[in-house]
Order: sequence, then C-alpha cells, then structure tokens
Amino acid sequence: MNSEAIVVFSFRVCLSAYLAGFASSIVFVRRERVANFFGFSCAGIGGLAGCAASLCALAYGATPTLAVWPFKMPLFTFTIHLDALACFFILVISLLTIAISIYSQGYVTQYYGIKNVSVLAAFFNLLVFSNTLVFCADNAAFFLITWEMMALVAYLLVSFEHEESRTRQAGFLFFAMSHIGTGCLILGFLLLFRATGNFDFLAFHFIGASLSPVERNAAFLLFLIGFGVKAGIIPLHIWLPEAHPVAPTNVSALMSGVLIKSGVYGLVRVLWDFMGTPPVWWGITILLVGSVSALLGVLYALVEHNLKRLLAFHSIENIGIILMGLGASLMFSSFHHPVLAALALMAGLYHTINHACFKALLFLGAGAVLRATKTKSMEELGGLIKKMPWTAFFFLLGSVAISGLPPLNGFVSEWLTYQALLQGFSTTERLVRLIFPIAGALLALTGALAAACFVKAVGISFLAMPRSPEAESAEEAPSSMLLGMLVLALACVMLGLFPSTFLPLLDPICQGLLGQAISARVIGGNGWMLTALGLEQGSISTLGMVSLFLALLPLPWVSWLLFSRKAPHSIGETWGCGLDRLTPQMEYTATAYSKPLRMIFRALYRPRRQVEADFEVSRYFTKSIRFETHIEPTFEKLIYEPLHRAILRASQRLRWIQAGSLNTYLLYIFITLLLLLLWEKIR
Amino acid sequence: MKLWLAQVVLQLFLALGLSPFVSGFIRKLKAVLQNRRGPSLWQPYHDLFKWVRKGTVVSQQASWLFRATPYVSFLTALMVSLMVPMVTAVVPLSYFGGVLAVVYLLALARFFVALAALDTASAFGGMGSSREMTVSALAEPAMMLSIFTVALTAGSTNLSFMVQAALQHQERFLSPSHILALAAMFIVLIAETGRLPVDNPATHLELTMIHEAMILEYSGHYLALVEWGTALKQLVLMSLLVNIFFPVGIGGALTARTVTVGLTAYVVKLLLLACVVALVETSNAKLRLFRVPELLSIGFILAALALASSFIF
Repeated sequence: MNSEAIVVFSFRVCLSAYLAGFASSIVFVRRERVANFFGFSCAGIGGLAGCAASLCALAYGATPTLAVWPFKMPLFTFTIHLDALACFFILVISLLTIAISIYSQGYVTQYYGIKNVSVLAAFFNLLVFSNTLVFCADNAAFFLITWEMMALVAYLLVSFEHEESRTRQAGFLFFAMSHIGTGCLILGFLLLFRATGNFDFLAFHFIGASLSPVERNAAFLLFLIGFGVKAGIIPLHIWLPEAHPVAPTNVSALMSGVLIKSGVYGLVRVLWDFMGTPPVWWGITILLVGSVSALLGVLYALVEHNLKRLLAFHSIENIGIILMGLGASLMFSSFHHPVLAALALMAGLYHTINHACFKALLFLGAGAVLRATKTKSMEELGGLIKKMPWTAFFFLLGSVAISGLPPLNGFVSEWLTYQALLQGFSTTERLVRLIFPIAGALLALTGALAAACFVKAVGISFLAMPRSPEAESAEEAPSSMLLGMLVLALACVMLGLFPSTFLPLLDPICQGLLGQAISARVIGGNGWMLTALGLEQGSISTLGMVSLFLALLPLPWVSWLLFSRKAPHSIGETWGCGLDRLTPQMEYTATAYSKPLRMIFRALYRPRRQVEADFEVSRYFTKSIRFETHIEPTFEKLIYEPLHRAILRASQRLRWIQAGSLNTYLLYIFITLLLLLLWEKIR
Repeated sequence: MKLWLAQVVLQLFLALGLSPFVSGFIRKLKAVLQNRRGPSLWQPYHDLFKWVRKGTVVSQQASWLFRATPYVSFLTALMVSLMVPMVTAVVPLSYFGGVLAVVYLLALARFFVALAALDTASAFGGMGSSREMTVSALAEPAMMLSIFTVALTAGSTNLSFMVQAALQHQERFLSPSHILALAAMFIVLIAETGRLPVDNPATHLELTMIHEAMILEYSGHYLALVEWGTALKQLVLMSLLVNIFFPVGIGGALTARTVTVGLTAYVVKLLLLACVVALVETSNAKLRLFRVPELLSIGFILAALALASSFIF
C-alpha cells in the first residue's frame, strides 16, 4: 500500500468514525451512559485516524483528492483535497479531538439526569466532522456549506445550557456575528468567481495577479472581516469572550483550540494560496491587527476573574501573536524575500498548533475545577493544589507554556516570531525596519503581561487557602479527565523540547505556498538547536536548557546535604502581622492582584467602582463592606452600540415597505425581476 | 571539548563567587555615601553561609510549589549566567540561547517566585507578587527594544557574536543610538534588580517593598537559594550592560593573556557600574508605585529613539 492509499483510507475512517459517533449518540438518545461511551469513543477513534492520515500525508508529501459526492453538478463539486495546509490543520483538530474525547467521558457525567448527554455527544461529533471538512473542502460552495454547518452546530453547543438567559444571549451574539462573517465570505468568493467562472479552489490558485487592484483589495478586506470574525480579532472579537465560557468546557476547549483557527486557515488559504504576491499594506494591516489583538486581548484578560472568560481573552491574544507572524510573512512576500516569508509563516503556523495544545489543556483544567467546585469565579477558589494536585500541575504546565516561558512550546514559537520580526532588519525598507522591532517590543509586553495574568490565575485559583466551602471540599477529577489533560500536556512538552522533529512537517506548506522549504536551515546542531536561519544569527536549544538544568541540580542538593540537612526544619503558621491566625478573607484577591495594572491602563479600562460600607463608632471599624468594580467594554460602547442603534433606526424608517400583505410582496418580486432583466438588456 | 568544559566550570564559579560581592559592594558604597560605616564587604557571603546552615520554617499553607521555587529560581539564574559574556567574548553556552532566551529564562524564574509568594496565603506575598509582575511587564518592552537595537546592528541575537560585533566597531560607542539604548537599558536594570527609585532593597516596610515582600516567608536553605539567585540575576543584567555596551578589554579568543586582561577589565567595569547604581540609589527618593510606569515609559521612549536613530544616523 502506498502512502497515498494509507492517507485516503485513514481519512475515510476518520470521517466515518465521526459520523458513527453522531449516529450512535442519536440512536441511544434515551440511554445517556451508552451514548456518552459510544459518542466520545467514536470521536476519539476518528481523532486517531485523522492524526494518522495527516501525519502520513505531511511526512510523505501525499496530497490525495477524494470525491465525497459522486454526482457531477454544475459549478459545485464536492471534493476534498488533502494538501499540506489542510493536513496541518486536520492534525491540530485530530490531536485535540483525541484528548478532549477522553476527557469528555468523565466530564459529561455531571450532566447525567440534568441535561441530555446524548445530544452533547452527537453535536460534538458533528462539530469535529464539519470543522475537519472546512479544512479540506476544495470548492468554495462546499467550503461555505461546511463553514455554515460548523457555525450552526457550534451555536447549538454554545446554547447547550440554554436555561440561563446569559447563555442564550451569548449564543445569539455568536450566531449573529458568525453570519456577518459568512456574508463577507460569500461576497469575497463571488468576487473570485467573477474572475474565474469556477468555484474550485484549484482555479483560484494565484488568481490575485489577474484581478484589478480594486477587486483585489476589496476581496482582501472581505476575507479579512469574514475570517477575522471567526478568529476573534479585535474589534470583531465581541462574541468570543461571551460564547466560549458559557459552552460546556469540552466544547470551549475545542472552540478555543481549533474552531477559531479555521479563521487563520481561511486567511492563509486565501491570501497565500489564492492571492499571490500581496501589496505591502495587506501585511501591515495584518501585523497591526495582530499586535492590537495580542495586546488588548491580554489586557482584558488581566482584569477578568472568571476563569473561562480569562482563557477566552487569551485566545484573542494568541490569535494576535499568530497574525503577527502571518503579517510579517505577507510583508516579506511583498518585498520578495521568500525565505524570510517562509520563516515568519512557519512561526505563525507553529504557534497555531502550540496554542491549540496549551489552550485546550488550560480549558480542560478549568473544566475540572468547574466540575469540582461549581464556580468559575477565581475569587471563590484557592487551595486547589492540595485537593486536585494533578489538575493543578497540568494547569501550571499550560500556564508556563502560554506565557511563552522556556522550555515549553509557547516559548519556541514566540522565539521564532521574534526572529522573523528581527530578520526584517536585513531588508532595506525603512518602514519594515521600524515597524518590525516595535511589533517585537509589543510582543514582549504581551508576553510579560500574559505571565502576570497567569501568575494571577494559578496563584489565586490553586494556591494558598480555599476561599469558599466549595473549594474546601473539592475533589480530584476522575482519571479519564486527567488522562485527557495528560495527552495535551505531553504534546506541549514534546512540541517544546523537540521542535526539530515537528518543524519539518511544516515544510510542505511553505514549499507549496512560497516555494521555500526552510526547516533544514532552521534546525541546527544535529537537531539539538533551533536557529534563526544560521547559528551565527542566534539559536536556542530547549532540550539543552533542560539538560543543563538537570546537570546543575546536584549543586544546591549537595549544599543541602552538607550543611542544611541536620538543621531543625519545621512547619509553621504564615506570619499574620500579630494576629493569631490567617483567614481566607485576609488573602490577596484576583481583583487586588490586577489593581496596579488596572490603574496604569485606566485610559483603556475606564474602571468604575462603588464602595458601600457600614460603620460602627468611627469609619475605622467597618461592620460590613460591599465593593463593586466594572470595566467599560470599550468596543461594544464605541462601535457596536452606535451601529446597533443606527440599524434599528434605519429599520424603523423602512417598516412601511413591510405592509404585511402578500400581494405587495409579490409586486416587489415582480418589479425586482423586471429591473434585473432591464439591466441585463442594457448591459 | 576539555577547554570548553573548563570554561563552563570556571564561569560557573566566577558567577557564583562574584554575584554576592557585587551586592555587598553596592551596599557598602551606599553606606559610605550616606556617612555610615556599613556592613563588611563580605557580609553577603556570611549571610548566605548562615542561612544555609539554619533550619527552615515553611508555612502550613504552602504546597510543593513553595519548596520547588528556590531551586527553579536559583538554577535558572545560574544557567543564564553561563549564557552571557563575562570575561571573554567566547560564551560557553551561547548557542543554547541568545539574548532573547536570557530574558525569557529570567522571566521563568520570576514567574515561579511570584507564584510562591502567593502560596503562603500571606497578603504581603500577594502584594509583592502583583507589583513585581506589573513592574517587570512594563520594563519588558524597553528592555527588548534596547536589546533589539544592539542585536540588529550586530545582525545576531547570539551574545558571543553581539560582543564580537561591538568589539569590531568600537566607533559606535558614541553614536546616538548606542547612548540612548544604554540609557534605556540602565533604567531597566534599576527596575529589574529592584533598586531605588523603583523598589527599596534595604527596607522591610510593607508599603514600599516589592521584591522583599515576595520572599518574606522564605527561611534557611531556601532563602539562601532565592537570595543567591537574585544576586546572580543582578550580575547577569549588569554583565549584559557592561559587555555589550562597553566591550573594552574583553578578549576575543581564549588565551591566558586575554583571560587575565578580560577578568580585570570585567571586574573593574562591574564595580564602576555598581558605583553608578549606588550613586543613583543615594541621590533618589523612592517613587510612588504609580509613578514607576512613567519612569519605565521614559525607558521605552529612549529605546524607541535608539532604534530609530540606528538607521537614521
């Protein structure tokens, strides 16, 4: 069997397994335990097969095409093309599906008897199925159908716990925003269709050169908005921090890990594969959008104390970091530096898979906390590292990775992004030479703020004393959930320590889109090091760092054995300023933790606070105190509220058209038809 | 290979040995400038030895993270000290990580210390942790941008190559971009090492301290590791400053003569920088916490100007 046949076979298994998972969950709709087992097991098998297919395709360079619908239809061909780019994103989703479906086996047991788990399992399979198809659809119409299916299923999953009005609102916001995006995509594809007369992606390849500048730029903006909504770039992000936290956590993990990456996939597919050499301002726009999203995403995350919302804001931040790599790559393409463009693209794509792994890991950890304590508010958590040691460990690992700290995977891709930005200096364009290092400095600020945010998240939620009875009585998650987290934790460690094994998998993508395979130049020192296109330009070795750490470990240990071992060691109270014991009320809170940054960036947050206190005798003896603080949602207030009002006002004015009589509507249709025919005649 | 191993070991012991001395030297000099006699120059060594021999008291609220953090912070700082140029331009482990890795490894140490500060449930720890993360986050862009300025002119982020590039172009010493970047880096040094006017290393008054508040609950062996790690971090940042911006006397290759000259030059430069730090500390009052961002944004603007002037002039 040759590699192409293996890819096709395992990909068919993958898709069939998802469908089987959907079907079995529907069949056992009244028997939740069975549905849970079959539904999520099928998803796991599908994930394994998907991993096998995509890894095999990437490693052996097989790019098979499959027909899903054997009948020919005019314009629409339902074919799947597994090229390198598609396979890479299928790898990401399959990897996450494996971990999340193991995790779900244990996680959804909390819904038994309360919500119908069979529905959850069925739609979960359908979501993975449609998202996998989005990545490999080879025809614009087919792509839009799967895209729409994905949005619909995601909407159904977001509104799974629809008893709460907040969930319904979030679901509706997601649905509305998603359709604005789809509308833009349809217009964009129609623009491309005008030039080719064909909806096949193959026909769109490098179509950009034959479009007029106006069409090209219009298409760019339409696709940027269309895919940007899905990716959650600022200012199109408003649905993301609402929808991701209210969904069941296994779905949030999948949405934050992969669903938003379909926006990234779309951008790469359209801008690199279809458009060819881009004008400079495209790259600048994407770099700018990326930098702003990264910085504002992390700033909003800092003042957020709902664990899942905090993670959702970090998704915006990381999409920003990915877009910084992509924007740099576009700019290098415009200036005809294909090698540097490939380096920047590689950085962006590597951050895509890394972010998928650690963000899903963090969401799964947050889900375990939510399941054990029934609260998402960090202010009511604390002390969980003793009650849930494994969950705490995995969450800590994910936090180190997402903060971009060595030796884990977040560091590797951020380092690659830095290097791509720094390499811009070797070009002669002054603009690039100024913009890139400033973007690099913003990336540094983002990284440092992310670290601050995750010290807060881990420190307040998991360390010190429990702040509520729920946290006090929390218990460790069941082993299936821990196993799911372990898979992702291992992925984070492997992607961090052995980038030289994984980066060559990105070569076929860079080769296909930019004509440059550069992993051989990025990997140095017999696979131990990662270089910036050459050892003399800078290198890192995460594996070396870990080995060095272990090699140095005996030093403090020996000093312990020699001097400290015999000294008296004891456990004591934390110093409480003379009070005899500390209570959880005296602990630092998440609100207090982010206070300095809230003050420093108050121009952005416009915080409002309200303090009500009852006094006894004098104001130094407070009987009770109530503190409230709010952050102003700037984008909602400045962009969406005026827009919303304007639309409502316009629709009020246009109401007279809708008289409610069928005859009038028929007349409208007739007039429209006449006008169209006339237009065609004149033209 | 043998030479390389010898260099690793020598630099390891140089860093371990020299770092407490620099702290002690600054402390002594500050005392002299304030008309006090001050502790002996060897006091930091006595302190370290005292702590190592003493027993530890660990809070009952603390988890394993509290006990692991001193090791992480000390070993990371030690690791980083093998990645920066000290005596010669030939850095033993420069390929393991350039200047970006140095910054991020220091951030890793800080991440764990800030977490451990929250682990004991003490409000002081939380306050120190929150402030430390804030100040360091705001210092980060200025630091990166001034480093970029040097790295871009050298065409490398590998510290060995950066120093060699600086050695070859000594005329750049007085270029505007160089001076601006140096000024930015100095502000970052003050903030990152917790010196006046950003933080006060000498007090234990809860309202003024940042770093000290974080490590309040540490004792004995753990305290020794944390303090030594802090001293190492200070040495690393000072070495970066003196060797990248003033590579005077630093040897390009490994011979007995360059090492002797390099070592002398290195110590002299470090002590000169320590004098400047002590002078700044003596002549400035501590800034209010919410004035610190202003100082750091000055640093950022200086670094941005440095970058802009690096290709205008």
